Amino acid sequence: MISLDAKIPDGPLEKKWSRHKKEMKLVAPNNRRKYEIIIVGTGLAGGAAAASMAEMGYKVKSFCIQDSARRAHSIAAQGGINASKNYPNDGDSVWRLFYDTIKGGDYRSREANVYRLAEVSNNIIDQAVAQGVPFAREYSGLLANRSFGGAQVSRTFYARGQTGQQLLLGAYQAMMRQVELGGIKYYTRHEMLEVVIIDGKARGIITRDLVTGEICQHEADAVILATGGYGNVFYLSTNAKNSNVTAAWRAHKKGALFANPSFVQVHPTCIPVSGDYQSKLTLMSESLRNDGRVWVPRKKGDDRHPNDIPEDERLYYLEEKYPSFGNLVPRDVASRNAKLVCDKGLGIGKTGLAVYLDFRDAIARDGKDMISAKYGNLFDMYANIAGEDPYTRPMRIFPAVHYTMGGLWVDYNLMTNIPGLFAAGEANFSDHGANRLGASALMQGLSDGYFVLPSTIGNYLADVKPGTRYGTDHEAFDTAAKKAQEAIDRLLNINGKRTIIDFHRTLGRIVWDKIGISRTKEGLEGAISDIRSLREEFWTNVYVPGEKNNYNKYLEFAGRVADFFELAELMAMDALDRAESCGCHLREEFQTEEGEAIRNDKDYSYVSAWEFKDRNGVLEEALHKEELNFEFVELKQRSYK
Amino acid sequence: MSTNMTIHLRYWRQTSPTARGYFENRTISTVNEHMSFLEMLDVLNEELQLDGAEPLEFDYDCREGICGSCNLVINGQAHGPKKGTACCQLHMRNYSDGDHITIEPPRASAFPVIKDLVVDRSAFDRIIEAGGYVSVKTGSAQEANAIPIQKNDADQAFDYAACIGCGACVAACPNASASLFTSAKISHLSHLPQGNVERSNRVVAMVEQMQEEGFGDCSNFGECEAVCPKEISIAAIADTRRDYVRAVIQG
Repeated sequence: MISLDAKIPDGPLEKKWSRHKKEMKLVAPNNRRKYEIIIVGTGLAGGAAAASMAEMGYKVKSFCIQDSARRAHSIAAQGGINASKNYPNDGDSVWRLFYDTIKGGDYRSREANVYRLAEVSNNIIDQAVAQGVPFAREYSGLLANRSFGGAQVSRTFYARGQTGQQLLLGAYQAMMRQVELGGIKYYTRHEMLEVVIIDGKARGIITRDLVTGEICQHEADAVILATGGYGNVFYLSTNAKNSNVTAAWRAHKKGALFANPSFVQVHPTCIPVSGDYQSKLTLMSESLRNDGRVWVPRKKGDDRHPNDIPEDERLYYLEEKYPSFGNLVPRDVASRNAKLVCDKGLGIGKTGLAVYLDFRDAIARDGKDMISAKYGNLFDMYANIAGEDPYTRPMRIFPAVHYTMGGLWVDYNLMTNIPGLFAAGEANFSDHGANRLGASALMQGLSDGYFVLPSTIGNYLADVKPGTRYGTDHEAFDTAAKKAQEAIDRLLNINGKRTIIDFHRTLGRIVWDKIGISRTKEGLEGAISDIRSLREEFWTNVYVPGEKNNYNKYLEFAGRVADFFELAELMAMDALDRAESCGCHLREEFQTEEGEAIRNDKDYSYVSAWEFKDRNGVLEEALHKEELNFEFVELKQRSYK
Repeated sequence: MSTNMTIHLRYWRQTSPTARGYFENRTISTVNEHMSFLEMLDVLNEELQLDGAEPLEFDYDCREGICGSCNLVINGQAHGPKKGTACCQLHMRNYSDGDHITIEPPRASAFPVIKDLVVDRSAFDRIIEAGGYVSVKTGSAQEANAIPIQKNDADQAFDYAACIGCGACVAACPNASASLFTSAKISHLSHLPQGNVERSNRVVAMVEQMQEEGFGDCSNFGECEAVCPKEISIAAIADTRRDYVRAVIQG
């Protein structure tokens, strides 16, 4: 029987975490070296956890698929990291950061988790500064803050447009120090393919050495997955090319519940697709919407140069529809409306899948120099990629998949329903509900890695007898390793006619069209049958080149795409089950006449946690529901009118 | 509307670290000016696979110029012709129909080839391991605003911290020196009070590790600065040398 006990401590919201820390069991320093912990992924969550736990004295084994821990995709985060320091004295507090995050998530996350996140946010900034992270500073020498993503307070810390890079390098350097000191065994270019479970507990993993193709077995007392999100199921997303769901999905197939898979965030200001060869999408900071005006021509097929289209023939659709927020509506609202106007045939460019973001009026008002000082690097980036000058011609933008709120189900201790298997960062579902606020992904990854897991892991390990070893010759390791090898052999033996990328691109189109910005019952049912038939073709007609005992990037991709095929079906099932609109999940059947989302708290105030049963042509999953109880906040319908 | 370009490619093939490498030629005629350089290689790889040949291996991840995975040497230039740009951000509009392009891995004994254009850069990790950090444990940090840092110092620290660890500096250097990579980290940390405490130990440990890895010395060619996708200043190397001499003399 699966237990969905979130293990939330009793007591007042603001006392829960401190009380839990007081009550959790500890492992004595001289015993810590007897425990081995496997951490998969070296982004903010995995890197921070590996460094922190090794500092405490645990023996850590750290794994990443890239050639160095420093390449993890956290590195690409641009905007910043939130904390409730209230340095600007503008009324911020732990409560307010908590409230904004839970409201922004459209009331589909746990109060206790989100409050803890807001609470430890300040420690993260202290830690990063101590590591030498070069945050932006004022002339006073003190840290600078900015407002981000429509927040009413300035709580975002940043390092130019490279905040993720600098925070990741801080965690990476702390990790490397522990590698040198012997606390971390460091495995690069290793991909996790299976979790090993013995007597119901996670006891190790199977990896593939991506250079030699060797299947390796690693034993430990606990396993932490910090393997990021699954946005690449869409093929085109702002994720790095190697980002994937494989570690989380293989754990899911071993019994770990997968929560809220349909909650996917689409970012409104990305550079549009230019052709079939496109391999990824590039995000531009949404700060551009502070000065840019979003519009499309009122007339279908108006292919005049945008500067020749007079004012009264332009549709500033966000300003017209949302007079009080205008171009600054939240990410999901901006994305949805861009899709709506394009669906009506008003989209621009040769694909019809783009809208204008126009700085003409801002430049006339503030001067080119002022706009350049604010956005110069973004304008340069746009000019480089799009080949057009945004100072003289409006930018073309379109939404792109950016972040996945869903992930492995975890309790308050960040442990999945499999004892000893933990999930952190974007790989878990825990803190962002149905929509993530800007500048809070970095906060959550580092909160999980630096401050939550190092405490909660001890609480688990205290009940594991130190030095318990089954040995990698235990049959569970053997079976898991065979399974991993068989999956690889199967892919290599298909010898079909279509390339992996071709399949992935086709899958991505289905997922984008039917499980993307807006969803319908009919569309989702269609998606499920399309995914199934494409998956069937994949397993009979894919061509996987090369050999298994060598470096083979396309073999890696093939395994990941196979997992995306299954995940995609689960996303559709989840979106179909959730007959309401909330956060990034818009079901067209559940909206007002004006196109505003209608949330249904009575029937859907739960976390959907899916249990894998089988995949035999059809994906079979059982739905478990964790009811969300709101004791401290009042549920309100969001309105940006 | 853009038209297709024909590009004549000549790229390095090497099946394993110990195998003998060679150049292979192939012409592709479906190149579009909006493609990135790596997307052009994706197209090449699709064509190769449809012909039953093995795709060309090269390293990449973020494709937005920040992860530092890609490190191609294009027509003899690390990351290709565009200044301050990693090759994943280089677009084919920088080339013309009929161009010949040669693609090689970075050539340095400290970066052994794994396959084709993929090299082993773990030496960079070991240089950071030797001292590229502040020895602060999680939880022991003081209040973030307790030590004011002059804006100018913080900005300069950032300029050096922007290094993405791609290894273009090594590829471009006639001595295959990793001086710019190593010095960028040393200068980043020594511009901040938090990093200043371990300054002497750090510079000695990191410079010695760099030598141990088999990277050459710096002879002031300045090629590293010229190809750096983050345009990190060679002034970092001068700072490192001064710090190194001072640290060694002071013992």
